[in-house]
Amino acid sequence: MSGIAVSLAGEPAVDAELARAHGLSPDEFALVQKLLGRMPTFTELGVFSVMWSEHCSYKSSRVYLKTLPSRGEMVVAEQGENAGAIDVGDGWVAVFKIESHNHPSFVEPYQGAATGVGGILRDIFTMGARPIASMDSLKFGSFEHPRTRYLLGGVVAGIGGYGNCVGVPTVAGEAMFDAAYNNNILVNAFCLGLARKGELMSARARGVGNPVLYVGSATGRDGIHGASLLASAEFDASSQSKRPTVQVGDPFTEKLLIEACLEAARSGAIVAIQDMGAAGLTSSSSEMAARGGLGIELDLDRIPLRQSGLTPYEMLLSESQERMLLVAERGREAELQAIFAKWDLHAAVVGKITDDGRWRARYRGKIVADIPVRALADEAPVYRRPAAPPVKPPERPVPLRAHPAPRAALRALLGNPNVASKRWIYRQYDSLVLSNTVVGPGSDAAVLRIKGSRRGLALKVDSNPRACALDPYLGAVSTVCEAVRNVACAGARPAGITNCLNYGNPERPEIMWQFARGIEGLRDAALAFGLPVVSGNVSFYNETEGHAIPPTPTIAVLGVMDDVSRRVTQFFKAPGDLILMVRSGAPSLAASEYEAMFGASAPGLSPIELGREKKLVDGLVVAAGSALIRSAHDVSEGGLAVAIAEACFNQELPMGAALDGVDAANPSELFGEGPSTVIITAKQGDLSSLSRIFTDAGLECRVLGGVIAEPRLRIGSALDEDVRELAGIYEGSLPGRLQGDDS
Amino acid sequence: MKWGVIRFPGSLDDGDALWALGEVMGQEARALWHKDETLGGAECVVLPGGFSYGDYLRCGAIARFSPIMRAVARFAAEGGLVIGICNGFQILCEAHLLPGALTRNRSLSFICQPVTVRVENAATPFTCAARTGDLLRLPIKHGEGRYVAPEAELDAMERRGQVLLRYVDPRGEASDAANPNGSMRSIAGVANERFNVFGLMPHPEHAVERALFGQDGLKLFESIVLSRSSSRLGEESAAR
Repeated sequence: MSGIAVSLAGEPAVDAELARAHGLSPDEFALVQKLLGRMPTFTELGVFSVMWSEHCSYKSSRVYLKTLPSRGEMVVAEQGENAGAIDVGDGWVAVFKIESHNHPSFVEPYQGAATGVGGILRDIFTMGARPIASMDSLKFGSFEHPRTRYLLGGVVAGIGGYGNCVGVPTVAGEAMFDAAYNNNILVNAFCLGLARKGELMSARARGVGNPVLYVGSATGRDGIHGASLLASAEFDASSQSKRPTVQVGDPFTEKLLIEACLEAARSGAIVAIQDMGAAGLTSSSSEMAARGGLGIELDLDRIPLRQSGLTPYEMLLSESQERMLLVAERGREAELQAIFAKWDLHAAVVGKITDDGRWRARYRGKIVADIPVRALADEAPVYRRPAAPPVKPPERPVPLRAHPAPRAALRALLGNPNVASKRWIYRQYDSLVLSNTVVGPGSDAAVLRIKGSRRGLALKVDSNPRACALDPYLGAVSTVCEAVRNVACAGARPAGITNCLNYGNPERPEIMWQFARGIEGLRDAALAFGLPVVSGNVSFYNETEGHAIPPTPTIAVLGVMDDVSRRVTQFFKAPGDLILMVRSGAPSLAASEYEAMFGASAPGLSPIELGREKKLVDGLVVAAGSALIRSAHDVSEGGLAVAIAEACFNQELPMGAALDGVDAANPSELFGEGPSTVIITAKQGDLSSLSRIFTDAGLECRVLGGVIAEPRLRIGSALDEDVRELAGIYEGSLPGRLQGDDS
Repeated sequence: MKWGVIRFPGSLDDGDALWALGEVMGQEARALWHKDETLGGAECVVLPGGFSYGDYLRCGAIARFSPIMRAVARFAAEGGLVIGICNGFQILCEAHLLPGALTRNRSLSFICQPVTVRVENAATPFTCAARTGDLLRLPIKHGEGRYVAPEAELDAMERRGQVLLRYVDPRGEASDAANPNGSMRSIAGVANERFNVFGLMPHPEHAVERALFGQDGLKLFESIVLSRSSSRLGEESAAR
């Protein structure tokens, strides 16, 4: 059955040339004709081009993503729904996901980042969960690049402008600056939501004859081909001309939409609901129908429009923000419309669920599209693209001539924007609204309480592109380990992973190889920790004129605490406490900030023993749960010396540290980064019980020294520094680089 | 006592105010809908933080026209207690229930950080549980919190004791460095001439629990409870 659909007067004729301009390959265009049994109409061509785009179809990554562990006893919703969900106890379910908005943010930083936040929020509340926290992972070019300050300012203002106005706290994040991102920044936005168990919403259509409702903002021309042309192609000199494909966000409407959708969800009148994200009306309608194995019919004359004169093609491809599509129980439309009217939002009946498995759109009495639902969703092409390691070895920094003096190195590292305080960024975000934030930005992981429960949730997002550039497999493994460890440092038991995989052009074999190795690393690490990968997002084509970004898998981990009063922060608490170091292996300077600043001296990354990584994390969780830990801080950018300094920077009362147990003559001991090292403080009396937890597991655990009241950082004879002076360097770095942009 | 927390479209800290008053302080606190025209018997009305109507125009400029704001104006004219926090402060200024205006921060960016404020006048219903000179540690989170008013008006307000809170450093000294947003005379909170309407940029409702931000914000809410119970006593003895 080929269905009958017509192109409208004035629409261009569909041919191979037009298909190519829509980003469809000749083979894909042939497949479209085969699946339809005829030539597509102009509208249908547009629909196929977005649904089969890399961004929507995951055609290059799907075969790999299938290999990730998505199951687990705590998993409530797996991949395939809008976001993953995990049972966190006491009748609560946590829903979380991270997504990229890289290309839009590079083209238009404020709106690109803002709508990235808006989109990920909708993925969460479409599940029936109230968004309770956001995080962001940001990658910018070097400060020497002329656009970096503009992009940083715009992205941070956009994230704040949207997140602050929608009433969801931004509680953690990371930011990195490197010339490798000069022409392709990364903006990955994460959102966490909470729902009562059993009250999650589905995106699976049910019930032939059930009405389809369009709710939220009216449709305009913005964002047309955002998914296909902007997100699924490399950048070039003409990219700036793609600015009109970036959408404009309206956080006020989003806030109303959150409240209205959650109220509507409680009414029980909603059968299925999905955000109109990438490819808007087309993807939401076809994906809901596909999951239910049903058909859907849309009446385009009823779509609320921001301006008159939109064609069917434009309506179906628009990526206007703050819109949702839902399937209602037949007969309960008015009840739902009343809820949306209370919040001053559109709620129009625009179609119905059918039993014929067709995705059909009508406009002014004509059928403009009639496509098998499966062709859009499940039968999109899937590629196993050629993958091969690069011929050239990865680029390394110039060789190190001579190690700088430890004092100079520490000061330089603390002032390095990748190490320095990110307060300039996070103080532009509301981290307090909703009254759940018990540990906010600035410590290893954020911790939220769950009101009415003793439980808490810890969350952190990490990436390690330097290590991934050297070895995409080990880099991915180490990124998972770091995010998991950060959550454990806060005292929480890691419970689930979400990921945003940022890579270059998958049509190049070495990029596909990087991606395949990254997936293997992610899978092996997730399996070793016994963690499900509950949701994720792939962002390909992060390259400009043939220069790809380093492989950047961004990993966010959610952890659960049975008793939130046992949370731990990275800051030293009291003089007299012992400072311990626990580690799984010997640190290395390879891929470290030290190496990037001063030159390469290490041959390559140290191997990672996942079994030992898990023991380290398990030990941290047990020790925190037994209240044996006063502070815990993961050693990451800048190494041990920086980690100790950061732990001294207690905002309420700066502390000092005196360490004699460090081999200060060895730069890799002071400034090496991988694999895993954690700095813990404990009361003297708890030393034996604490160290037994780690030594019994076969890990290195030893006392380095103690916390002192005098705010000085002393490491053997190598360092004796004023902590307040170091804090000044650490806090002053970003504001200094942005002088004139902020007081 | 009975509290009403107004929920405008775009209010964000309404739930936090209800939590602080109801769950933490055990008060009788209810949400009031912006389309309502009565205050449901509230003895103190709270205009919470947020971005009412998106604040795409001037902050608070649209919210002041909400139906419930007519009821708030009547209630204030009758001497009822009204407190506006952050966006609520902006709305009260737009509604001319408080003098002055709130403009963009000196830094031109949104700021979320702890501040120290000094109680400048403890002889008001909003500060009577504190002493003049007390320091409170509260969070601010706003993009438009720079308080401005004509110099002559500021002089008059200072004379009458309408400046209730001022940004200071941890030692209690007002300074340019301790002024987070460039407010004139470091003003963080003001009352009207009758001392029954109070607006402040810091968020006391986010400083009521030790686990979150400390409890200094309780001082302000407790003042209201205290003044209300003593004025009730006064009303009763007058009636006898």
